[in-house]
Amino acid sequence: MSEQIRLGEVVGVNGNMVVARFDEKVMQNEVAYVVVGNEKLKAEVIRVRGDKADLQVFEDTVGIRIGSKVEFTNALLSVELGPGLLGQIFDGLQNPLPRLAEKHGFFLKRGEYLEALDYAKEWEFTPSVKVNDIVRSGDKLGEVDEFIFKHSIMVPFNFQGKFEVVEIASKRNYKIKDVIAKLKDEEGKVHSVTMVQNWPVKIAIKAYAEKLQPEVPLVTKIRIIDTLVPVAVGGTFCTPGPFGAGKTVLQHLLSRHAEVDIVIIAACGERAGEVVEILEEFPHLVDPRTKRTLMDRTIIICNTSSMPVAARESSVYTAVTMAEYYRQMGFNVFLLADSTSRWAQAMREMSGRLEEIPGEEAFPAYLESRIASFYERAGLVRLRNGKTGSITIGGAVSPAGGNFEEPVTQATLKVVGAFHGLSRDRANARRYPAVDPLESWSKYKSFIDQNKIAKAIKTLHKGHSVEQMMKVVGEEGTAIEDFITYLKGEFFDSVYLQQNAFDKTDEATNAERQSYVFNTIEKILDNEFNFDGKDNARRYFQQLRQMFITWNSNEFMSSEFKKQEGIINDKIKSENVEEIKL
Amino acid sequence: MQKVYSQISQIVGDVITVEAEDVGYRELAEVRTPQGISLAQVIRLDGKKVYLQVLTGSRGISTNDKVRFLKHPMKVSCSENLKGRIFTGSGTPRDNGPELTDNLIAIGGPSVNPVKRIVPHEMIRTGIPMIDLFNSLVVSQKLPIFSVAGEPYNPLLARIAMQAEVDLIILGGMGLKYDDYLFFKNTFEKHGSLSKTIMFVHTASDPTVECLLVPDMALAVAEQFAQEGKKVLVLLTDMTNFCDSLKEIAITMEQIPSNRGYPGDLYSQLASRYEKAVDFKGSGSITVLAVTTMPGDDVTHPVPDNTGYITEGQFYLRGGHIEPFGSLSRLKQKVNDRTRSDHRAIMDRMIQFFADYRETLEKRSLGFRMSAWDNKLLDFGKRFETELMDLSVNIPIEQALDICWKILSDIFEPAAVGIKESLLKEYWPKK
Repeated sequence: MSEQIRLGEVVGVNGNMVVARFDEKVMQNEVAYVVVGNEKLKAEVIRVRGDKADLQVFEDTVGIRIGSKVEFTNALLSVELGPGLLGQIFDGLQNPLPRLAEKHGFFLKRGEYLEALDYAKEWEFTPSVKVNDIVRSGDKLGEVDEFIFKHSIMVPFNFQGKFEVVEIASKRNYKIKDVIAKLKDEEGKVHSVTMVQNWPVKIAIKAYAEKLQPEVPLVTKIRIIDTLVPVAVGGTFCTPGPFGAGKTVLQHLLSRHAEVDIVIIAACGERAGEVVEILEEFPHLVDPRTKRTLMDRTIIICNTSSMPVAARESSVYTAVTMAEYYRQMGFNVFLLADSTSRWAQAMREMSGRLEEIPGEEAFPAYLESRIASFYERAGLVRLRNGKTGSITIGGAVSPAGGNFEEPVTQATLKVVGAFHGLSRDRANARRYPAVDPLESWSKYKSFIDQNKIAKAIKTLHKGHSVEQMMKVVGEEGTAIEDFITYLKGEFFDSVYLQQNAFDKTDEATNAERQSYVFNTIEKILDNEFNFDGKDNARRYFQQLRQMFITWNSNEFMSSEFKKQEGIINDKIKSENVEEIKL
Repeated sequence: MQKVYSQISQIVGDVITVEAEDVGYRELAEVRTPQGISLAQVIRLDGKKVYLQVLTGSRGISTNDKVRFLKHPMKVSCSENLKGRIFTGSGTPRDNGPELTDNLIAIGGPSVNPVKRIVPHEMIRTGIPMIDLFNSLVVSQKLPIFSVAGEPYNPLLARIAMQAEVDLIILGGMGLKYDDYLFFKNTFEKHGSLSKTIMFVHTASDPTVECLLVPDMALAVAEQFAQEGKKVLVLLTDMTNFCDSLKEIAITMEQIPSNRGYPGDLYSQLASRYEKAVDFKGSGSITVLAVTTMPGDDVTHPVPDNTGYITEGQFYLRGGHIEPFGSLSRLKQKVNDRTRSDHRAIMDRMIQFFADYRETLEKRSLGFRMSAWDNKLLDFGKRFETELMDLSVNIPIEQALDICWKILSDIFEPAAVGIKESLLKEYWPKK
């Protein structure tokens, strides 16, 4: 990376695309800076033709002129990886936004790039290798404490081959740029290693032994997801939905409650206000498992809709690269990208400027392969030290017109392991989370017995078709057995699949409670009721529903919980439709 | 001395091409034609070729007209002198007042740093129950009114502006009919609020390119005043015209269209404007209320669709009233717990009853028999529509809440309304 900076000059400007003529050579995806007055605007080479390179500029291009100087840096677009990433808020290019605000106040300033990590902060390094040990890229050299996590300091991922440890720092405080080890390669050349390393965002980190099949369910504490359309640790899923269906709220719930070590939120091209809510909430919410605030396990990559478009394109890569870094230490990382459609649109804008032949809805022909290769960076891996680490990716999709037939949704569905389709009808009916239980699917297994779930889904389907029929023939024309099936389906939906995000207890249900409650649900769905007329049947289920909703907000296994369970069990046995005083 | 170029090599739509040197992207130029001087903006550089969109349109430009580059991007004057004034999209006075050149600021400035934003917390009272009670408008919110041609969206916009307690109103009119322009002007005059109003108006007969500048002009001025501590309300009508202008220019520039002819960056274009809505910590704020007419009343049309993904909710104006269903203020939860203790409960129950009423209407139209309960619901619906939904109703929220209690108590038993007892005790009207 020590080669000299090479120069070029601007010969064309079209929106955020700049064409530059270069002298010697240029590298695809190399970072370049366009010089405008005293500002240097970061850009990336995205196409080379003859002696001209097309650059996507990550900033507003006002004022760039023909002949403006371009500096090619000879480095790919990279992020800094090291201790101190957790709890931070970055933009798509890994600029720390709080420090940018300290420097420039309310507005973002173009051409201003700050170091992602704090170079002055000291970390206590504990070595875990000895002199003469043989190490390879991604192997642990030592560790520092980052909040509750043991943050591994690893052999840089770009070191190829085997290395012998010649020197290793002793246990004490170091700054991240201090040399903590010297490694000798096979040719005898000695390399210095610090606690920070750079890695190009568009290349996956593969310093692990092998990729494994994701099988263990990832507990999200959202009942409809965990039970009907589960996610696996190291798996992928997508959440498409029209506006107002609650994509972002659902993602926030997942980021708060999912049982993982580290959460990375990529707010990609969406409302700034939504990120602000996370920023205000997370430092005050305590993770029940670690007793630390949620912010301590979270990294936010925030490139909201009014920030430069090209940086939006790179923000998802920035996020997934950080996820890979923490996976390499053996953590379970959860990456939430909201919304991948905005990322795809950024690609479309660029493709249009490059005058590429468009595919469907003017998205570029490589849309599918880009989406696929992004989701493929998820996965459960076995590291060389035998431990495992994982990245689970959940992407929100914002389909145009709420129509799932559009290219981004379709390309995503091909590569993900679970599909959580949000429906406008469910959202309008205030049935939250608005995941459509009939349309959605998952290839992963739940922690609840498959057969039990299959039965419940069958009731849902049957109930739904009875409901459709009732719209035509009316309630009078429906057989009581069918009517009860319909009521059962509605009951299951309203007390189990729907969850009240404003209720402290109900907003998150752990695996144990889900399994426990599902048994009672099963009992009710299986029970053959004999009611005297439809009105009685409806009243019975209304009462049962009311009892369940109370039960849902009782703390698990508390005395109220037990008491309410007794009331419900009595109700199931009695088939009594008399009003019960609550 | 600045160089003057007199070789226009291409005129396509409102875009002209000249060969020139040392020109910055998005900077301005003056085109001198026999009809007068027009501003033009650089929208593409390709070697020596400079593409300019001419603000007043290309009609009457000849290939040897003179082009002089001004070496700076579009700017707008921003000072107290703007108050009460009316300008075109390019910032020239539309009233008979003097041209303003003091304190020029650039338009389309950078985005606010997300970490400097704060969670909105202050309600804007409008006197319209369908807004105040059911979907409260919040300071720094960006909210469109989804409507169709023929609906009274402009009167609604003007009325909200007149009643909202704000320091400054900025109207950005795009493709306005001349009568609508006069309507806004006269309304502001009649209410004596012209002195706290600034208008940037592009009428339907003005050149397309000026339409594109209106939101940026309005929002740049708003941003300036907000930073000086003012509470600013920006009204944009009609954003669909703005999008259509974007489409027109994109097609002229031979860009590949994405959806129904609109350019692929429609979302980003809209977002960069709407996201200007902000509450500056310790200073002023910008609230954006916009009109989006939906071609063919189709919410999946690219303009309302992209808008919905950006804004914090939407009001549907249909049949002369704000629809309770579909209308949504995403920020209402942040303020409606601080108005009156019964606000949330009343809001939820009234809407649920109204939904039941609509269902009953449907049942009735299908010929099903009406039960006693159905008749109560029909009663309820009628009163809801006349006493709350009608746009002529103009009352503070407290009074609207009282009306709700009155309607409920006239029609239903206390036990049937499903509101918790403590609230019933406090608010149920004594007979």
